[in-house]
This record gives sequence, C-alpha cells and structure tokens, in this order.
Amino acid sequence: MEQATTLDHTEDVYEPSLTPDSLGKLGMWIFLIGDTMSFGALLAAYAALRAGAGVIGWVPPSEILGINLTAGMTFLLICSSVTMVKALESIQKGNVSRMCTFLGLTILGGVIFLGLQAYEWTHLIKHGLTLTDIPEHGLKGGAISGSNLFGPTFYAITGFHGLHVTGGVIYLIVILIHGLRGRYTAEFNHEVEIVGLYWHFVDLIWIMVFTFIYLL
Amino acid sequence: MQENENISHEHDDDEQHEHAHDDNDTPQHTHEHDDDGQHEHEHHHEESFIRKYIFSLDHKMIGKQFLIYGLIMLFVGGGLALLFRWQLAYPGEPLPIIGASEQYIEDGEVVTKNDERWEKIFESEKEELMETHFPNGVIEDKTYNMLFTMHATIMVFFVVVPILVGAFGNFLIPLMIGTRDMAFPILNMLSFWLAVLAAIVMAAGFFVPGGHAGAGWTGYAPLSVDPQWTDVGWGQNLWAISLLIQGFSSLVGSINYITTVINMRAPGMTFFRLPLVIWSLFIVAILLLLAFPVLSSALALLIFDRLAGTTFFTTTTEGGGDPLLWQHLFWFFGHPEVYILILPGMGIASELIAVNSRKPIFGYRSMVYAMIAIAFLGWIVWGHHMFQSGMRPGMGSFFMTTTMLIAVPSAIKTFNWLGTMFRGSIRFTTPMLHGIAFVSMFVIGGLSGIYMANTPVDIYIHDTYYIVAHIHYVVFGGSLFAMFGGIVFWYPKMYGRYMNDTLSKIHFWITFIAFNCTFFPMHILGVGGHMRRIANPQFYDFLQGFEGMNIFITMSAFTLGFAQLILVFNFFWSMKLGKVAEKNPWNVTTLEWEAPTPVPHGNFAQIPTVYRGPYEYSVPGEESDWIPQAQPEHAPASAGD
Repeated sequence: MEQATTLDHTEDVYEPSLTPDSLGKLGMWIFLIGDTMSFGALLAAYAALRAGAGVIGWVPPSEILGINLTAGMTFLLICSSVTMVKALESIQKGNVSRMCTFLGLTILGGVIFLGLQAYEWTHLIKHGLTLTDIPEHGLKGGAISGSNLFGPTFYAITGFHGLHVTGGVIYLIVILIHGLRGRYTAEFNHEVEIVGLYWHFVDLIWIMVFTFIYLL
Repeated sequence: MQENENISHEHDDDEQHEHAHDDNDTPQHTHEHDDDGQHEHEHHHEESFIRKYIFSLDHKMIGKQFLIYGLIMLFVGGGLALLFRWQLAYPGEPLPIIGASEQYIEDGEVVTKNDERWEKIFESEKEELMETHFPNGVIEDKTYNMLFTMHATIMVFFVVVPILVGAFGNFLIPLMIGTRDMAFPILNMLSFWLAVLAAIVMAAGFFVPGGHAGAGWTGYAPLSVDPQWTDVGWGQNLWAISLLIQGFSSLVGSINYITTVINMRAPGMTFFRLPLVIWSLFIVAILLLLAFPVLSSALALLIFDRLAGTTFFTTTTEGGGDPLLWQHLFWFFGHPEVYILILPGMGIASELIAVNSRKPIFGYRSMVYAMIAIAFLGWIVWGHHMFQSGMRPGMGSFFMTTTMLIAVPSAIKTFNWLGTMFRGSIRFTTPMLHGIAFVSMFVIGGLSGIYMANTPVDIYIHDTYYIVAHIHYVVFGGSLFAMFGGIVFWYPKMYGRYMNDTLSKIHFWITFIAFNCTFFPMHILGVGGHMRRIANPQFYDFLQGFEGMNIFITMSAFTLGFAQLILVFNFFWSMKLGKVAEKNPWNVTTLEWEAPTPVPHGNFAQIPTVYRGPYEYSVPGEESDWIPQAQPEHAPASAGD
C-alpha cells in the first residue's frame, strides 16, 4: 500500500503557495498566532489569579478603573481599524494620496490612544494604584486576598498591549514614509495589507483586554 | 556598506520562483528585479568575509553557525555536568587539577603549588569568583545548585534546540523542499544573532555576585522569585532575560520555517512527498511558535516579581499570587518543549534508517500522523509534571490518561522503524549505528516515561534519579544520538568531505557504552530513593549504599564527556583533511543530494521538479536500488504496479 502511495506520480500534483503574492503575509499571520499565545498566557494567568482570590477577594474593576475613558479609547481604536481598511482600499484602487491620508489618521488614532493610556496610568498611579498597592475602595473587611495583584495584572497586561500599539505606530509610520515616496501602487501593496493585519490584531486584542480587565 | 552588497542576493531566483522573495524584507525588490541580472547566481560574485561567514544571509551558513554554536555550548553544558558529577561521587572533596591538598584544607599548611595559589586567592582583598564558588577547589552547596541549573538550561535551550532545530532546520529545509533559501533571510540571520546575544547574557550570569541561577532549569517559584531562598541575585534575572531573548530568536526562526515549508516547496513536492525530517521540523516549528510565547509571558511576570516587588508567583501576608501558577505556565510551555527536543531526532532517525536499510520507510503516512498526534497530545499533558504539587485526583487521572495515550503514536513510530529495518539490506554505516541507537535508547526512555505517568508510581519516584535517567535516555539517548548521526550523515553535503569513519565509529561506541553506564544505573538509584538535586548524598543514611554506584556513574560520565572530544576533533580535522565526497555519497533519494557539493549560493542551478515520494528504495523491477525524487518517471515502469 505504501508503495502505491509513493509511486502515485502525477506532475500536476503541484500544491500552490498559500499566499502566492507575498511571503510576508503568511509570515505575519504566523507571527500573530504566536503572539496570541503570549497574550493568552497573560490573560489565563490573570484569570487564574483572580479565580484564586475568590469573589470577595478581588475588587470589582469598576471600583477603581474609569470605564468611560477606556470605552472611548476602545471606540477610538476601532475607528483606527476602519481607517486602516480605508487606506488599504484606497491603494488597491491606486489612490496613493488617499491611502496616505488614511494611514495618517490611523497613526493619529494610535497616538491618541497611547496618550490617553499614559494619562490613565499617571492618574491611577497618583490615586495609589501601583505595582504593589491598591487605592482605597468601597469594599470593607480588612486584608483582601487579591488586593496586591490588582495593580500588577492591570499594568502588565495593558502595558504589554501598549507596547504592541507603540510598535504598531512605528510600523505604520515606516509604511507611511514608504507610501509618501511612492512605493505602493494598485498592483504592489501587500506591505500595506500586512501592517493592516497587525493593526487589526492589536485592536482585537484590546477588545479582549477591555472585556476581561475593565468590564468583568 | 555590507548591507548594500547583500541586496543582490535576493535576486538570485529565477522567474519561476520570483514570488518567493517578494517579501517585505527586500525594499524595491520587485521594481529592480526586471533590470537586474536574473541569473546572477551563475556569475560568481564574491562576498566579503563578514557577509559570508559572520552576518551571512545564506541558510546553509546560518545552519553551520548554529551547529558550531551548539557544539561549543555542548561543551559548556557538559563541563558543568562533570563538575557536579564529581561532587556526587566525592562530596566535599577538592576537585582534581585545581583543588588544594588535604593538609592545606585541614591545617592550612601549604604543600602543593595549588595550595600556594589558593593562599594567594584567599589573601587578596578582592572577592574572587573562585573563592566564593569553589573555595580550596571544593564545590559549595550553593555552587552545586548553580551547576545543575545551568547544565539543564544550557543543554535544553542552547544545545539541543539550536542544533536540531537551528542547524538541521536551516541547512535542510530549503535543500530538501527544493528552494533557494529561507522565506526571510534577514530574519534568519536575526534569529542566529539573537541566540548569540542570549548565550552571552546567559554566560554573563556566571560572573555576577551571588552566582548564576540556582532554582533548577524549571525555575520553580518561589525559589526563583525571592533571593532569600537561593542567595542568587542578578544571576536569576540574567537567566530570565536570556531566555526571553532566546524566545524571540525561536519565534523568528519558527515563523521562517513555517512560511518556507508552506509556501516554497518545489513543483511536485506535495506535503506527503516531504521527507520525514522536514515534517518533524515543520511540526516542531509550530510547537515552538505556540509554546515559547507562553514561557516569555511567564518570564516577564517573573522579572516583575524579582525587580518590581510584585507577587504574581509568591504569597505575602496580605494575600498575593500563586507559586503553582508558575508551574502551570512553565509546563504548558515545558511539555511541548520536550517534544521540540525529540521530534527532530525522530525525523533524522527516520532518514538514517530508511537510507541505510535501503527500504522505503514503513508506513510513511502513519509516521506523519503519529508525529502530529504526539505534537497535539503534548499540549494536554503538562500536569503530569505536577502530580506532587497538589492536584485534584480527577485532574491527576486526566493527565495520567492523556500522558499514557502518547505511548500509542510513539509505539507506532518505533514499530515502523523496526518494520523499515526488517529484512532490509542494512548498511552498518556510522549514521545507521546512531539511528539504531536512537531507536533503542528512545524505547528505554519511553518505557520509563510510562511508569512516571502513573500517578501512584509517580508518588514514589517523583524527584528521584529515576526522572533524571528518563530525561537523559530521551534527550541524550534520543536527540543527541540522532544529532550525532545527522552530523556524520550530512557532513559530506555541508563541507564536501567525509568525516573520518574510524574516528566516528570509535566515538559512537565509546559514547554508546559510556552513555548506558552513566544513565542506566540512575534508574536503580531512583528506585532506591536517591533524590535528584542534592549536593551530598552521603548526608543521608539510606543512601550510603549508593556510594559505589555514584562513583561508577561519575567515571562513566567523564568517559562520556571526553569521548565527545573525538567528535569535535574529527569535525574540524575532516573539514580540511577528510576524504573528498562525491555529490551523493550515500545514494539518497531526497533533493538535498541533487545539489552540487559544496552547495553554491542559491542551491540549485535549476529548481528541481519532484515526481515521487522521498523513500523509493529497492523498488521492485528497478535496476538501481534507489530512485531520486527528482527523476522523471520513465513510461512503462509504474504501469505494472
């Protein structure tokens, strides 16, 4: 039987590339799968720590974190994903200047997001949410078992996401500079698509982070 | 300046594979391609020394760099093992060569030259490394912790993975799938130099005050978190940082491997015509991609705990984290890592055995499915490392069952190897000897694994030398024998010469015998209750009887260690003075042997087309006992099948 399989020859058994137009696109997808695992590990660790602390042990996030501000940040990031889609659509139609405008808007969205995150962090630190401590909150009852983990998990996970946004902004700026120099055309634009993949991923991760860290 | 020269490398492809290099690493590539010489690989463009040997973009050179890197680290890791083996055989006695004399240690009376040296070291004001780690040449208990921790860390992360995955992966994947280079040559180079950086950071840990990490290669919390338990300061931080860097290196490498295998196979090279070693490397790349980021996240949290005072993995009076969390995260990475160590060995052994038995591999598809099954099951068995950490019995049963399930695909592979050899025209070349050693040692290591998977048995043998014996049978007896065999087998393609066969055979037999003398008795030690990671077995009454066995193991370990010098001597000697090898010295069917030797930049003059599977040996009715994958079918031959 084995012989039959190996001798089963036909020249037309050529299996084409998965992403024939660009190796980088497949590379980025693979990278994103790997990166999902690092975020997954952090979120799983957060879930385990929070579950370990019990219901009473973990201060509800709404007691400490400002949901309204971050809801705005979430909306902003989603908008920047939309502009990213628009940028790719423009260049696929060959409109370079429109693409550059939308890339610029995407970058602006990312920068404002980072600015708001910096504001949020400094504000929280001023109110006593640090890596080792937690501000006064509505819950009574002495030492609460998870209280000194609230800050570290919050900063580790949002910080890791912030690093990704920072990297994304730098990456987008590089692509924008290439775009302004006329590198991309209606035929040659996979690099814009690849940065888009990354940016949408960062956006998607933020929605997870927002849900698990802020809302639940 | 160097960078400018490399751009031209990217254009070496012919039209057929034009898309292959159309990635984001080569700016302006598509525009330039049409004007540039499309057959530049035929012009003999000289590369500068730095571009060719140091910051090389060529997958073959990067593979060789990884090989030499791994061999160097093999000696570092092995040397550490010999140091602590000395301590286990002769606890508290000064080391040979550097140790002070007995009189000096007892009465301070200077007798030998070593005594004078130690006198000077003790008198000097400076706190010297030797003084804190090996006073009088005696291994301190704390130093012992450092030695076994670093032995395992270096062997796992800096020897086996770089050689099996880094060296063989880089060298073999493009050649065996029939393409000109990796998908992302620059990332490939980055992967190697990140690994070098990780090694430098790891090496630096030996020279910081407090010594290197001492919490075991698993870095269990809270040992690894709080310096008060191990007395280790920056050593543990550097350990974590180095592994983070190594994580990036693996990530970059695995992206490259997966993309290359999926997108760049030669025409006709379908997935089920891939040689098994490529299958194994492909699966391993996926495991690395998914597993290493988990460790990276855990290490980042560990660094927070150590440097920023958080309590992810430790508890305080006000609550805090969970030491078990570290174990879960570590082993969620760690168990796939175990298969990362063994799967490439399985792939290499499959090649060695099929080629040297002159028979098709028995059950090619089942071999592939077995590897996929092992890789999958590897994700749901991590808890078997934690049976003694406190686990609900129900969970214990789950992990026990899944772990024992792995025996099924492993047995399929083992019997397929035996089936391949059965009634074959076996050539007992050195690679074949290594291949057979792989199979037999893997069977012993695999069987002892089934004992440990049983929760009731594990209660008894957990954290004993039985575990040490098991891991070494799998990783040394398995992975390293496959690695040695692979080096001898592909050496003619790498360097254009054979390795000296007499020396290779001597190396094999000494290694094989000394290996078994070293590690087999450890099973007995383990069942006798000898704990692992203890600096002084003589401290315990019930281990007194094992003194002779420990001395025997140490003697064998030293033999084993020094035998590897033969390999290294042979490796470098043969590079210049070995017998010149022809293009396909072992009569192998796979594509890497189609390329001229030494393999030029761009590998193939013309990308070969693949017409058949990789193991067509002794095909009935054929004159030659092997048919290369790239040989077109001559009309009537297959009709009769």
